[in-house]
Amino acid sequence: MSSSRGGNGCGGEGERQIHVLAVDDSSVDRAMIARILRSSKYRVTTVDSGKKALELLGLEPDVNMIITDYWMPEMTGYELLKRVKESSELREIPVVIMSSENVPNRINRCLAEGAEDFLLKPVRPSDVSRLCSRIR
Amino acid sequence: MESSSLQRQLANLKKSLFDQGNLDEQFYQLEELQDDASPNFVEEVVTLFFRDSSRLVANIEQAIEKCPRDYGSLDALVHQLKDSASSIGAAKMMKDCTVFREYCEKRNSEGCLRSFQKVKKEHSTLRLKLENYFQLLRQVGPAEKATRSGK
Repeated sequence: MSSSRGGNGCGGEGERQIHVLAVDDSSVDRAMIARILRSSKYRVTTVDSGKKALELLGLEPDVNMIITDYWMPEMTGYELLKRVKESSELREIPVVIMSSENVPNRINRCLAEGAEDFLLKPVRPSDVSRLCSRIR
Repeated sequence: MESSSLQRQLANLKKSLFDQGNLDEQFYQLEELQDDASPNFVEEVVTLFFRDSSRLVANIEQAIEKCPRDYGSLDALVHQLKDSASSIGAAKMMKDCTVFREYCEKRNSEGCLRSFQKVKKEHSTLRLKLENYFQLLRQVGPAEKATRSGK
């Protein structure tokens, strides 16, 4: 197993730094995904709900990627994905879904709705490296 | 002097956490994320976990005692707890939560109560062991943090 810490800087440097919005209702998972992304040099903003994600997206158009948990109270990651893809301002932003459950129907539905990728939790640095090449 | 006996204690405690199945290799993933930029990452995440999990355990307790019992809500809480546990590699908690969820699905009251006792017990055990672990880690100092046993 490679012990890559994801420090390959695929998040970019300075002006070219990719800004990721991470959405997860679990504070543990927010800390994990933020750390993984930051060690790959992404700029990260974390929020704990889909509602807050949409509020932030409404204010700050410089988000380059959204990574969201699937299962959240009030608004699921799938619902957030749909709202993003339905919006003319936001639809170009790649959305990655995370879930602790490997449910093929769920994965297919998300991909069909335009999700960029689907990651199984716990998320590893290698998963994020994989995203790197897709997001550029 | 004291330090090598502390290091031995630390190594033994860590080994026991893995041998006894309290933790699995996801915990190593946490350690890999710790570095000079985030020197206390593991302890911070574990602290967050216990903060969340304590709240969830309390909510589960309430949900279990509620009459009539809402197995759907109960299951949702246990699901959250299990997910949280999986993020830090709390393997035994995950297993206990899985069994708990199966009883919820079957609406098996006796099973739920039994499972919950197990979950609470493991939660306390894990917390104690990890508190000791981080205390020892602090005493042993930075040198130990750089090494990882058991791999």
